[in-house]
Amino acid sequence: MPLNIKDLVKYVEENDWAFTQGHRLCPGCNAPLAAKWATVVAKALGYEPVVGAATGCLEVSTTIYPYSAWNVPYVHNAFENVAATISGAESAYRSLKNRGKIKTDKPVKFIAFGGDGGTYDIGLQSLSGAIERGHDFVYILYDNEGYMNTGNQRSGSTPPGAETTTEPVGKAKPGKIQFKKSIFDIIAGHEGVYAATAATSEPFDFMAKMQKALEFEGPAFISILAPCVRFWRIPESTGPEVTKLAVESKYWPLVEYDRGIYKITKKPRTFKPVKEYIQKLGKYKKLMSLYNTDELMAEIQEYVDAKWDRLVALEEISQNKPLRK
Amino acid sequence: MPVRLETTGAAAVAHAMRQINPDVVAAYPITPQTPVVEYFATFVANGEVDTVMVPVESEHSAMSAVVGSAAAGARTMTATAANGLALMVEIVYIAASYRLPIVMPIVNRALSGPINIHCDHSDAMLVRDSGWVQLFCENHQEAYDMTIIATKLAENEKVLLPVMVNLDGFITSHGADSFEMLEDEKVREFVGTWEPKYPLLDIAKPVTHGSIDMFDYYFEHHRQQEEGMENAYNIIPEVFAEFEKLTGRKYDYLDLYKTEDADYVMVVVNSTASTAKYVVDEYREKGIKVGLVKPWVFTPFPKESFKNALNGKKAVVVLDRAMSFGKEAPLYTLVKSSLYDISEKPAMGSFVYGLGGRDVTPHMLREAFDAAINGELELDKQKYLGLRD
Repeated sequence: MPLNIKDLVKYVEENDWAFTQGHRLCPGCNAPLAAKWATVVAKALGYEPVVGAATGCLEVSTTIYPYSAWNVPYVHNAFENVAATISGAESAYRSLKNRGKIKTDKPVKFIAFGGDGGTYDIGLQSLSGAIERGHDFVYILYDNEGYMNTGNQRSGSTPPGAETTTEPVGKAKPGKIQFKKSIFDIIAGHEGVYAATAATSEPFDFMAKMQKALEFEGPAFISILAPCVRFWRIPESTGPEVTKLAVESKYWPLVEYDRGIYKITKKPRTFKPVKEYIQKLGKYKKLMSLYNTDELMAEIQEYVDAKWDRLVALEEISQNKPLRK
Repeated sequence: MPVRLETTGAAAVAHAMRQINPDVVAAYPITPQTPVVEYFATFVANGEVDTVMVPVESEHSAMSAVVGSAAAGARTMTATAANGLALMVEIVYIAASYRLPIVMPIVNRALSGPINIHCDHSDAMLVRDSGWVQLFCENHQEAYDMTIIATKLAENEKVLLPVMVNLDGFITSHGADSFEMLEDEKVREFVGTWEPKYPLLDIAKPVTHGSIDMFDYYFEHHRQQEEGMENAYNIIPEVFAEFEKLTGRKYDYLDLYKTEDADYVMVVVNSTASTAKYVVDEYREKGIKVGLVKPWVFTPFPKESFKNALNGKKAVVVLDRAMSFGKEAPLYTLVKSSLYDISEKPAMGSFVYGLGGRDVTPHMLREAFDAAINGELELDKQKYLGLRD
């Protein structure tokens, strides 16, 4: 049974949040939305979540000793290894359960949170290994397109032209020139996996995917576009407004993959030009002031169009054709 | 009844792991540790243990998974060597600071570069400040025994520190020798069960592991970690005594071989001690009073035992199978510093030997002893045994 809003409200009214207020994330930050929604879905469905976090904003801001914003078991190890760490905890659970040493009867679920630095870049191997080994866990990537915790350095997720401190836009060089990696495709390439994209503008889409991820027996992955209002240079209140545009402009299609089958979960009737999305973001201001960006905008538009068409085609050809069972 | 097995050191360690039957083993193969993992994987495949094995994709993930598993409350082990340990190092420190009683056999091998797969102790010395207890083993029997002892020591509530069990790559890990294996039940009884206080998987009492410590707590936590190490120092003799009751095999901080009346003493760890004991006997036959100190415990460093063993000796030669470029060799520097305030200081000599698996012969050890006997030691002048000019 899919969770409905009534159940969620009832759950929240009667229980503490698994991820509480009082953390030190910036006003307007979109990362805690992912943390809150993911854990409340798990709890409302009757699971006991055990959370792991990679070093990053979400980690440092929620567990400043001796305080913790986590009302559920939580472990942080290092930057690049949350997937391996949670795979160890999940293995411990299987072993201790088998040996009759687990006290709770409720199913325990393992949820790892990582930013794009800890996922696209330094933590990619750890994540790939954990997925390949088939651990039963949900990995949530809150993607803010850079190393925002440390002051906006470039990552493998930073889009071309966005201002960062390690590839700044200057007179001689227009900042980063490479496109983002497609992390969704990389994860889907592991085949025996549930993978999805989500956006902070679509909480119910995220929650439905979270439910699927939790119920999936094996590794599941959700990447949620979660702006850093500070370094995206957007007003604090506009994170979800911006991700809404990202979805409507094909910049960030909402899609899922289940062991070979692709499904687009939101198909806007009309699309907005990607330029409209990019122009909202202050992180492009410098590029736009120094360079003529017509060519880049056209290139990005062409890219997102091609990506969308590709997804539509994948959805069609993969219908009822799972790669793995 | 205990049985005698003729096998490799790697198999001896794997048998100890089998008898301990940990909840989780996460490991990545690396020469010369590989047979430890292979033997253990076979025990899992054949149902001789019900350990959950996590065949990770790197040593970094091995140590990361082991931290996750131990934090969850599971008795957890891994094993590695050389570059594998070097890749783990970041998390090796974290494991100790989280006070997780992980046991990790290290099959000692030279660190790259240049790449070399053979024995030396540069890997163990790389992590000597990581906060792990470090035990060293001369042979198969010791490697087997120490793996069992390590488990009990690590999980002691006052200790709660991870423990490394060092054995020499190829020489011990791949060489055949015999050792006495205890009954499975005896080992299980000796190690008992681990009842962690704050496991992640105690859902009713959620805890946060690995929070961020700022300038207001980091220092205190490190001080507490040092206290754990001090406790380990105090509790090690208790665990050794308990083990002796079970097996009749007596361990101490230091293995003292004919040192009591010795004038000249060699200090060396691991398998070279076997050769050194043979050489000591040769000198003794000629009426020359030499002896050998072989540390079983390297971290916490048993300073007092060194003072007691070496006070009043004419000369001490320390053999290191690792270098500390630009500084004194690691074992030498610690032995020397422990003798700072003894009343009768011996002459001291530092000898580096056996790097990258260079063969260690009785002749080389005689060279070091002869330098001591002939009064040719130069304080702090690092010399090399078996090095071509």
